[in-house]
Amino acid sequence: MRLRQKSKNTFSEERVIPPRIGLLWLLGAVVLVLSPHLLRQPLWLSLFCLAVLGWRGFQLLRNWPAVNKWIRIFFTFAGFIAVLRSYGTITGRDAGLALLTVMLCLKLLEMKTQRDTMLVIFIGYFLVIGQFLYDQAIFIGLYLFLAVLVLTTALIFLNHPGSQRSHWRYNIKTAGGMLLQAMPMMVLLFILFPRIPGPLWGLPNQETMGRTGLSDEMSLGSITNLVNSEEIAFRAAFETDIPPANQLYWRGPVLWHTTGRHWRGIAETDPLTQRPPPDFTASGEASLYTVTLEPHDKRWLFALDLPASISIAARSRVDYQLLATKKVTELTRYQASSYLQYQVSSLAPDLETIALHLPLRANPRTRQLAQEWRQKGLSTNEIVTRAMAYISEGNFFYTRQPPALTGPNPVDSFLFDTKRGFCEHYAASFTTLMRAAGIPARVITGYQGGELNTQGNYLLVRQSDAHAWSEVWLDDRGWVRIDPTSLIPVENVETTIDASRFRSTLAKSLRYGDISWLTRGLSQMRQNWDAVNHAWNQWILGYGPETQDEFLTKLGLGKMNWQQIIALMFGLIILVLLPVAAYLLLRQAPATDPVNRLYQRFCQQLAKRGLPLKPGEGPVDYANRIITAQPEWASPVQQITALYTALRYAKVSHHEQFLELKNRVADFKP
Amino acid sequence: MSQIPKAKLNLSRFFTGVGPETGPILLDRRRVYILPSRSGVIFALVLFAMLLGAINYSNSLAHALTFLLASLGTVSMLHTFRNLRGLKFHPGQCHSVFAGETALFPLRIENNGDPRFAIKLAWPGQAPIIVDLAASDSRWINLPCPTSQRGRLKMQKANIYSRFPLGIFHAWGHVQFKTECIIYPRPSPERELPLQSISHSEAQGDRGRGSDDFASLRSYHAGDSLRHVHWKAFAREQGLLTKQFGGEQTDELWLNWEALAGLDVETRLSRLCRWILEADKLGLDYGLSLPDKQLPPGHGETHRHACLKALALFGNESK
Repeated sequence: MRLRQKSKNTFSEERVIPPRIGLLWLLGAVVLVLSPHLLRQPLWLSLFCLAVLGWRGFQLLRNWPAVNKWIRIFFTFAGFIAVLRSYGTITGRDAGLALLTVMLCLKLLEMKTQRDTMLVIFIGYFLVIGQFLYDQAIFIGLYLFLAVLVLTTALIFLNHPGSQRSHWRYNIKTAGGMLLQAMPMMVLLFILFPRIPGPLWGLPNQETMGRTGLSDEMSLGSITNLVNSEEIAFRAAFETDIPPANQLYWRGPVLWHTTGRHWRGIAETDPLTQRPPPDFTASGEASLYTVTLEPHDKRWLFALDLPASISIAARSRVDYQLLATKKVTELTRYQASSYLQYQVSSLAPDLETIALHLPLRANPRTRQLAQEWRQKGLSTNEIVTRAMAYISEGNFFYTRQPPALTGPNPVDSFLFDTKRGFCEHYAASFTTLMRAAGIPARVITGYQGGELNTQGNYLLVRQSDAHAWSEVWLDDRGWVRIDPTSLIPVENVETTIDASRFRSTLAKSLRYGDISWLTRGLSQMRQNWDAVNHAWNQWILGYGPETQDEFLTKLGLGKMNWQQIIALMFGLIILVLLPVAAYLLLRQAPATDPVNRLYQRFCQQLAKRGLPLKPGEGPVDYANRIITAQPEWASPVQQITALYTALRYAKVSHHEQFLELKNRVADFKP
Repeated sequence: MSQIPKAKLNLSRFFTGVGPETGPILLDRRRVYILPSRSGVIFALVLFAMLLGAINYSNSLAHALTFLLASLGTVSMLHTFRNLRGLKFHPGQCHSVFAGETALFPLRIENNGDPRFAIKLAWPGQAPIIVDLAASDSRWINLPCPTSQRGRLKMQKANIYSRFPLGIFHAWGHVQFKTECIIYPRPSPERELPLQSISHSEAQGDRGRGSDDFASLRSYHAGDSLRHVHWKAFAREQGLLTKQFGGEQTDELWLNWEALAGLDVETRLSRLCRWILEADKLGLDYGLSLPDKQLPPGHGETHRHACLKALALFGNESK
């Protein structure tokens, strides 16, 4: 017998209309997630999203009708074309996220069913990840964790048809509790899940901005304003003692070729650079340190002069510049060791030619000066000393805003006329002067010094610490570093800001901040905060394929292959989920209400006398049935029932009534 | 004699439940099933895309968030499972309805644990009834079931399911009690009672006390006082009836199967059903005569149910 009508439209959970309060929460969560994106994305997109969000909010609150289908289709195409026109592409990070934002907003416009809203939440989660591609700072992390919490709360609202506004506290608690319970498993996945070195597909060029204060080219006189960015270049934590400041020369690109004005390094395509670097003999202990390098979109890795080893895939060029195998587009951690006292054994003849080369016509006065020194019969060492004295005693000034050197002979102009400049001027000019005197020389760029963070015991090197200096080849001592900028007398440094910079480049002492207690306090706070950031960078952001390898080796898991690691990971996940499951599933049901317990005792008494409570029977019906069956129990039964219903269904509990119920039940012995 | 022990994994139980049961049903861990919902599958795909993005950009926090969400999904499985597990269902008595009306199968849900949210009960493929239960709460639910034919309506298998809290897992169980509902025949729209078959039985006339007391109805004869016409019945297009008052006699109405000779079975039952309802409404004593059953005249709720039940089960009683 088929009595039930079969409906053709079977019910689907996905097509349920979610509760309105859930939709409002969803809008709130979307605002949180989108805000940082909208600050970055083109104006039209931000305005469109804000309009959609505003309209949807009003639509929900005022019960406006839904948007016409054709309008939605129009916006879909318009959004697509607008992204294509703004970015010239629809793939890649920027355009992809813009497109995702458009999709999210369109989905907001049309969303009606449970399926739509769930999709919006998932796109929301995805956009949180999108934001991480731009910024992974602690505050951004915390902010976006909050966004995830709100998204999850909205998800709970949406999946609870009986949702009410007043549930927000409970739902946030549930979402937070679930995220908390998810933490152990997340940590395991984070540590053990095999990290695959990216990228899987190409990263378009513009995606990581070159933020470095360094360049592998130098153009004398054209830069009249020095990079003064407080951005962090890298941090270095020393295992051995921190070397004195005048030894802290972080080696970057080495510049060999010059046109008299421009300087550049040996091209990577030149077979010269493929040559292994010449041997050097080191004296003294090696310095051991870990560098956490901010992404700069170049292959350069920085290490103290002279680097001896590095822990990640990298190679040393013939001029001891370290190059990673691919561009540093992510925070990178590596350990390196350097010898601060060293003697390079040899200079290959072809490199010597480059190190002596000067353009024939440029800078005649400089060449003439060098020739004079040579003709006086000065030895190589004497010439170097002479040149250094020329700068320290020649009324040279340090300034960040040097006069432009527009003439055909910029070094001449600098050395003999303007005498004002910063490290690049000094390094280029000094190197030119050396070459003119027949001494092989080259320009080294990199960073100098660093700020000691006493909290984390590491050096913080900023972009403003970018520096350039010279190296000269002396037959008896190999390559010798000469930092001409440090030769300028202190009184010739133009401003106080320059003075502080200059002090750092002078490398007399590490900067410990100022003497004033306020600056000291602020500097202390800044140091604490940077120490936190450093830990964050080192342990969380810098955790990649190499660090994972290193960490697993430390844990003694280095010999496991990835299948074993995955097996271990799943085993451990089950292990950490067990307590959560036990907490959720084995927890005792909350002890029944004492009032209920008393009433149950009363019912048990009656059940013994053959009058059990029937399933579904209310207390009043039950009492009436008992009184009909056993009129002599009427008085206690009525009293107990009245007390019970009063205590059970009244909002306020009265202790006196409870005590009375307790006594009556105890006295009730039918 | 088979020595093979029963297989522990019973797949049919997974799909169809264990069949009708008499007593309360406790959804223990063996009776709650859980699988990702369709949204859950989409969630997994989104997570995979996130992982690819995280790998491509070697982004640590993107990795962390992907892992956090994957863990959140896993934890939500436990929550969804817990939301359903341990619920206890008690059967209730189903009240009879007429064919074409909606029968209600009552169930009592008992929650002995933490609060439960968005517990859904539904016949397969139908829109659910949604309940929230406070801690240690219990609630009556009526599962509506449309009817079309008279007879015994057995309770179908009901799905108990929930996707709370995140909607990415679907936990379900089955509840089916041996409850059944008697479905009366659909009452015929023709309301006229066969008043010619009223028999006057003086022997049983003990109901009327005094001349103002209403005793019975008979068809209108010319000359009857208009004050005694049963206008309500007239308004219901049952023809003109005159109320009779006083007297030492009651009228017994026999509702006879044979009086409807020439009509098909269901129409006859439908007409009889309407007669019973009308007679009951007018407060008459009525008897029911069916080919296989005779119900002596009587009145009241129990009598009415007995007569209607006889109609409902007519021809099916042997089953």
